[in-house]
Amino acid sequence: MNDKRPGLEPLTCPVLLPAKDTVLLGHGSGGRLTAELVRKLFLPAFHNPALARLDDQAVISLDGLRLAFTTDSFVVQPLFFPGGDIGSLAVHGTVNDLAMGGARPLCLSAAFILEEGLPLATLERVVRSMQEAAAAVGVEIVTGDTKVVEKGSGDGLFINTTGLGVVPAGVELSADRARPGDRVLLSGSLGEHGIAVLARREGLEFDCPIESDSAPLHTLVAAMLSVSRAIRCLRDPTRGGLATALNEIAAQSRVGIRIEEAAIPVREEVQGACELLGLDPLYVANEGKLVAIVAPEVAEPLLAALRAHPLGARAQLIGAVTDGRPGEVVLRTRLGTSRLVDMLSGDQLPRIC
Amino acid sequence: MKFIDEYRDPRLAHALVARITRRVTRPWVLMEICGGQTHTLMRYGIDSLLPPQIELVHGPGCPVCVTPLEIVDKAIRLASLPEVTFVSYGDMLRVPGSETDLFHVKAAGGDVRVVYSPMDALRLARAQPERQVVFFAIGFETTAPANARAAWQARREGLKNFSLLVSHVLVPPAIRLLLGSPVNRVQGFIAPGHVCTVMGYREYEALSRDFRVPIVVGGFEPLDLLEAIAMLVEQLEQGRAETENQYVRSVTCEGNRPAQQIMEEVFEVCDRQWRGLGWIPGSGLRLRPELAAFDAERIFGLADTGVEEPAECQSAQVLQGLKKPLDCPAFGNRCTPENPLGAPMVSAEGACAAYYQYRRPAAGR
Repeated sequence: MNDKRPGLEPLTCPVLLPAKDTVLLGHGSGGRLTAELVRKLFLPAFHNPALARLDDQAVISLDGLRLAFTTDSFVVQPLFFPGGDIGSLAVHGTVNDLAMGGARPLCLSAAFILEEGLPLATLERVVRSMQEAAAAVGVEIVTGDTKVVEKGSGDGLFINTTGLGVVPAGVELSADRARPGDRVLLSGSLGEHGIAVLARREGLEFDCPIESDSAPLHTLVAAMLSVSRAIRCLRDPTRGGLATALNEIAAQSRVGIRIEEAAIPVREEVQGACELLGLDPLYVANEGKLVAIVAPEVAEPLLAALRAHPLGARAQLIGAVTDGRPGEVVLRTRLGTSRLVDMLSGDQLPRIC
Repeated sequence: MKFIDEYRDPRLAHALVARITRRVTRPWVLMEICGGQTHTLMRYGIDSLLPPQIELVHGPGCPVCVTPLEIVDKAIRLASLPEVTFVSYGDMLRVPGSETDLFHVKAAGGDVRVVYSPMDALRLARAQPERQVVFFAIGFETTAPANARAAWQARREGLKNFSLLVSHVLVPPAIRLLLGSPVNRVQGFIAPGHVCTVMGYREYEALSRDFRVPIVVGGFEPLDLLEAIAMLVEQLEQGRAETENQYVRSVTCEGNRPAQQIMEEVFEVCDRQWRGLGWIPGSGLRLRPELAAFDAERIFGLADTGVEEPAECQSAQVLQGLKKPLDCPAFGNRCTPENPLGAPMVSAEGACAAYYQYRRPAAGR
C-alpha cells in the first residue's frame, strides 16, 4: 500500500552503511542525516505499513478501536530551562506526538536512564514536574523503568516516554494526505524553545528572557477537529523546525509547498537572537506549536478555531500546497522573490562572521 | 524589528532596483567578496530582481571555504591528540580534510568544542590547566582582532596550556590577485563591510587606483547590497573608478584603530595558501615570533604535508568568478553539503552551498 512513497521502493533488506561511517551528532538533528539513517537502516530492517507512514505516531487498529502509539527520548541539556524542564518536555513531547495523529492521549510510560552521581533532589524536581505536566494533560504515567549507568556513560539524566491514545472515528491524519490547493496553517510564533535552551546552555543573556513554548497541544487539536475533519495532516515542528516538518510532508505527499515569509510569526526577541547567532528561525525547534495542512474550504474556520484557543492566539495562514516539484518547499520572501527551503544536513552551525 | 526591518523593506528595495534598471545601459560583471553577502543575495533572491545586464559573481570571502586543506588536516591531527581540547568556531567542524573532518574526530572521542568567541577558549584553558587547549584561529580581518586579543590575554596571564592554530587571511591581496589575472571578468567589487569596519578602506582606494576598478564597501542586508550595486552601476556608467562607502553606519575610512593595533601587536603578515586559489603573497597573518609560545604548530611540531585538493573540484574558477556553481558538473550530485568535493560547498556561506540551499535545479535533487 505504501510502495508509491519515495525512498521505499528498493529496500527489502537492511543496507549496510559504509564501514568507515560513525554516528555523528548530526544524525540526531532531525535533518537529512537523520532521515537517511531512518531510510537506509531502520525502515528496511523493521519494514511494515504502520512504520512506513513515517508519521509522529503509529495508528494500530484493534477490534474496531484505533490506537495511536508513539515513543520519544529526551536528552536535553540543560535539564532546566526558562519555560520548562526535561520532565515537562518528556510529557508534552509524547502527548503532542499523539495529538498530531488526532488522538486523545490515554496514558504514558516513563523510562529513566540515570547517571551515577546525579543529585536525587534534581531527579525529584524532574519527576514532580512530569507529574504536574501529566496531571494538567489528564494522563497518567502507568508504567516505567529505571536504569543507572556509570559516571561518564550518560549526561545526568535521559528520559524516554511512550504514549498511547485513541483516534476518534473519522479522523484520518497523515503526512501523505496533502493535496495541491490545501492550505498551510501555523499555530504560533517560531523558535522559542530552541533559542531558550540554546541561550541557557551557552550562557547568553537577553534583555527579555526567551521562554520555551513547551506545551501540550491535544486540546488545541481537539478544538480544530470539532470544527472540521477536513484536516489532512498535523505536525509539531520540533527539532529541525518548520522547514524540516514541511519538507517531510511535501516528500511524503509528493507535492510542493509554498509559504509566505511575511506571514510567518517570529517574536522579536527570537528574531534578534537568531540574527546575532546566524540561525534561521525556520529551522529552530518548537515544542508547543503545530503546523496543519487543511482543505482550502475549511482554512478560515480552522484558523478562527486556532486563534480562539490560548495556544493558537497568534496562528496564521502561511501558505498552500502546490502541484510544484514534488518534495520541494518554496518560500516567497518579503521582497517578492522565491527561494528553496531545504532540509538541513545536520544541525545549524553558528557562522564565523 | 528595529534596525533590521528597515534594511529589508520591500518598497525601498524595489525603488533601488528601479534606480539600477534606469541607470544601466550595458552588461556589467560585479563581484561581492564576502560569503555573508553571497548568503544574503541567495537568501533573498536579490539577483533575480536585477536587470539582465547585471551579472553577479561570487568572491573568495568565505573564511571556512578558503582555509587550506593542509591546515584542516593539522586541526584534525591536533584534535585527535588525547591531551588536547580543540576549540573552534562551529562551521569549521564540517570542513573535510583529506581523510576526515572534526565532527568525526569528535565522534571518535576527540575533545572538540564549539565556541562563539575565542575568550571562551581562554576560559576553558583556565578551567582545565591539566589539558592543552588549542584554538582554531581562522577568518579574515573580521575575526583577527578578537583572536589576537585571546593570544595577548594568554600571554599577559602567563597561560601555559593555551595555543592557537592560526590561518588568518587578508582580503585586499586576494582582490589584487583576481584583478591581475589575465582571465579576470570582474568590473566592480562590493567590498566586505565587516572587514572594512575593522580595517577601514584605504587599501581599497589603492586597488581602485591601481586597477581602475570601482569598489563599494557594502553591508549585509538586502538594501545594503542593492544600494552598493546601484552605486557600482552609477560609477561604471559614468566611467569612474573610485572606492565609495555604502556601509556608513558601520565603516569609517580609517577603521577601528584599537582593533588594528592589537592585530599588529600579535600578528605579522605572511604568504598564505588559499583553498581553491593557491598561494597568495602577503595574504595571511601569523603569530609574531614574540608569541611563538602560543603557536600550536610549533608546540606540537606539525610539519607541512603538501596535500592536494581533489582534482574534480572547480572551486578555483568559482572563487574567481569565472564559473557559477550551477556550471559545475559535480554540483548537487557528486558534490553536496554532506559530501563536499571542495571549499565553496563546505560552509553555509560558500557560494556552492548557498546555491545548493536556496536554488537547486531539478536535476540536482
